[in-house]
Amino acid sequence: MKKLLMALLFTPIIALASGASVHLDKAPDVQGDKAALQSGARTFVNYCLNCHGTSFVRYNRLTDLGLTEQQVKENLMFTAVKTGETMRIAARPDEQKVWFGAAPPDLSLVARARASEDGSGADWLYTYLRSFYVDEARPTGWNNTLFANVGMPHVLWQLQGQQVLNKEHHLELAVPGTLTPAEYDKQVADLVGFLVWIAEPDAGFRRKIGFGVLAFLVVLFAFAYPLKKAYWKDVK
Amino acid sequence: MASNTNFEKYKSDGSLQGNLLEWFDARFPATSMWRGHLSEYYAPKNFNFWYFFGSLAMMVLVIQILTGIFLVMHYKPDASLNANGIPVAFASVEYIMRDVPWGWLIRYMHSTGASAFFIVVYLHMFRGMLYGSYRQPRELIWVFGTLLFLCLMAEAFMGYLLPWGQMSFWGAQVIVNLFSAIPLIGEPLSIWIRGDFVVGDATLNRFFSFHVIAVPLVLLGLVAAHILALHEVGSNNPDGVEIKKRKDVHGNPLDGIPFHPYYTVKDIVGVVVFLMVFSIIVFFAPEGGGYLLEYNNFLPADPLKTPPHIAPVWYFTPYYSLLRAMVWPLFGIDAKFWGVVAMGAGVVILAFLPWLDRSPVKSIRYRGPIFKTLLTLFVISFAILGFLGTKPPSYAFFGVIPGAPVAQVLSAFYFLYFLTMPWWSRIDKYKPEPDRVTM
Repeated sequence: MKKLLMALLFTPIIALASGASVHLDKAPDVQGDKAALQSGARTFVNYCLNCHGTSFVRYNRLTDLGLTEQQVKENLMFTAVKTGETMRIAARPDEQKVWFGAAPPDLSLVARARASEDGSGADWLYTYLRSFYVDEARPTGWNNTLFANVGMPHVLWQLQGQQVLNKEHHLELAVPGTLTPAEYDKQVADLVGFLVWIAEPDAGFRRKIGFGVLAFLVVLFAFAYPLKKAYWKDVK
Repeated sequence: MASNTNFEKYKSDGSLQGNLLEWFDARFPATSMWRGHLSEYYAPKNFNFWYFFGSLAMMVLVIQILTGIFLVMHYKPDASLNANGIPVAFASVEYIMRDVPWGWLIRYMHSTGASAFFIVVYLHMFRGMLYGSYRQPRELIWVFGTLLFLCLMAEAFMGYLLPWGQMSFWGAQVIVNLFSAIPLIGEPLSIWIRGDFVVGDATLNRFFSFHVIAVPLVLLGLVAAHILALHEVGSNNPDGVEIKKRKDVHGNPLDGIPFHPYYTVKDIVGVVVFLMVFSIIVFFAPEGGGYLLEYNNFLPADPLKTPPHIAPVWYFTPYYSLLRAMVWPLFGIDAKFWGVVAMGAGVVILAFLPWLDRSPVKSIRYRGPIFKTLLTLFVISFAILGFLGTKPPSYAFFGVIPGAPVAQVLSAFYFLYFLTMPWWSRIDKYKPEPDRVTM
C-alpha cells in the first residue's frame, strides 16, 4: 500500500497528456556551434533587425559568439554607436502600429515564448520561416501555413524563392531563390539558433556550472550521510 | 519564544565567553530556547522519509526570502511601457536575467522555489493525513498549517503577477474577476481589489507590496505559531502513538531522542538530497516543460490580446478544477460565484480534518481497508484534478473521455471524502496500536 501511494505520487501526470495538434519540423540544434550562431547573427541583423528589436540584448553580448568588439562594431552594428547599447530599432512601436497594423514584436524572447506542447520554440520558428507561400489575397502578397494570415511578409524570399500551395495544400517551390532548399534550411536553422541563444544567453553557462553544483552536492552527501549514520548508530 | 520548560540559567566557568554567555542568558532566554527547542526537545526516534518535508519547507522559505531580497533590488513594479514598447516590470525581470551578475540564478531559484514550496508542502500535508498528525492534541498545529497553506497560495498568486507576462496578467484578471460574481458587492469588491477597472499598474504595485511585505510577515508569524504549538505538544510519529506516555527516570520519553543533534544531522542529509533535485531543475530545466515557467509568460502582458488558453501554474490546478466544476447558477446566483465558493471551501475544509476523523487510531499502519482505499483514491483524484486544471475544459482523455464531467465527479469526491469521514472513519476496521513506537 505504501509503495503504491508513493508510486502514484511520483507518477508524472504529464504521461496522460494528449498528442500534438500541430506538426512542427524539428529544428537542428546549433547551440555551441559558434560559426552557425555568427551566421545566424548576420542574417538577423541584415533581415530582421529593421522591424524587430531585441531590446534586452546588448551588442557586446555578441562577443560571447567568438567575435571581437571591433568585429561586432564593423559587421553587425548599423545604427548604434556604443557596443554597450541594446539592439533596438529606430522605429517606435506606436509608429509601427500605424504603418503595419500591429507593431512587430521584440524578438529577445521569441524562442522561449513560442514553445508549446507541440514542440520547442526553435521548432516553431524553424517551421514558420520555411512555411511562407504566395497568396495574392493578402496585402503583403504572402501567407503562412503555420501562422495563417500572418502580418509579416516573407522577408527571406530572395533566399528561399517563392513557394505556392499545390492542390493537396502542400508547399511547393515554384520560383527558386538564390539558395538551394538545403542551403536555405541551413541558413534558417542558424538564424533560429541565434534566436534561441539570445533568448537566454547564459543557458550554456547555466548548464555548465550545474554539473559543478551537483558534483559539490554529491561530495557534501558523502560527508552528510556517514555523519548521520555515526550519530544514529546507538539509536535502536 | 521561550520554551515550555524552565531550564536553569547558564553558569559561567569563569572564562571570557562563559562570562559573556552568563550575562546574556540572564537577560535573554538563550539557553532555555536552545535546550527547549533543540538540544532537549525530544522527538520520536522513528521518523521516516515523510518527516523530511517540514524542515525542507522551512528551508525553501529561507531560499525564497533570500532570493526575494536580491530580486527586489533590481525588479521594478511598473506597468508603463519603456521606449521599446515593453512594460518596465517585464523588462526589469529580463534585466535581472541578463545584465545583473548571477541574476538568472537568483531568479530561477525563486521561480523554482515557488513550485518546490508547494511540492514539499503538499507532501508535508499528506504526511499528516497518513499518520493522523492532525489528531488531538495537535489540532491547532494543523489549523495553523492550513492557514499557512492559504497564505502560501496568496503569496504565490500575487508573486505570479509581478513578471507582468501574458499569463501573469490574464491569470490575475481571471481570478480577480471571480470576486465580481459575489452578489451585490461583487463588482465594487473586484474594483477595490484591483484598484482599477482592469488589472493595471495599481494592481501590480499593491500585489508587489503584499508579496514582499504583508504576506511574508503573516507567513513568518504563522510558521512561529506552527512550530511553537508543535513543540508544546510534541511531534507525532509514523505509529501515531504518544511517546510522552512512557518516560525514563529523568522524565524524558523512552522513544524520544533530542532533536539536536539527531534530527539536525538527519535533516542535513534530506536537505542535500533535496538540493540535488532542486539544482537539477534550476540548472537544467528551469522552465519545467512549461509547467514551472509558462511559455506564454515570456510574452509581455497585453491587455488587448487574450491568450487562447489561460491556465494557472500547476500547484493551483487541483483547486482551479474545483472552481471550474461548478457550472450551475444555484439560487439565481452566477455559477462563477459557486465556483469561488467551491475553491475556497476546498481549502478551508482541510482545517476541519481533526474533527472529521473519528478513527480510534491515528496512523495508517493500524487503520483499516476503508481508510487505505479512500486515501489512495483521494490522492489519485487530486492528481487528476490537478492535471485537468492545466487543460482547457474541452479536454478529453485520449480524445474520447470528456474531462469536464470527470473533473465534476472527482470534485464531488474531494468534498465527500471529508464530509463522510465521520462515518467511514468510525466503522472502519483497525488494529490495536502498540505501546511503543516501532523502528
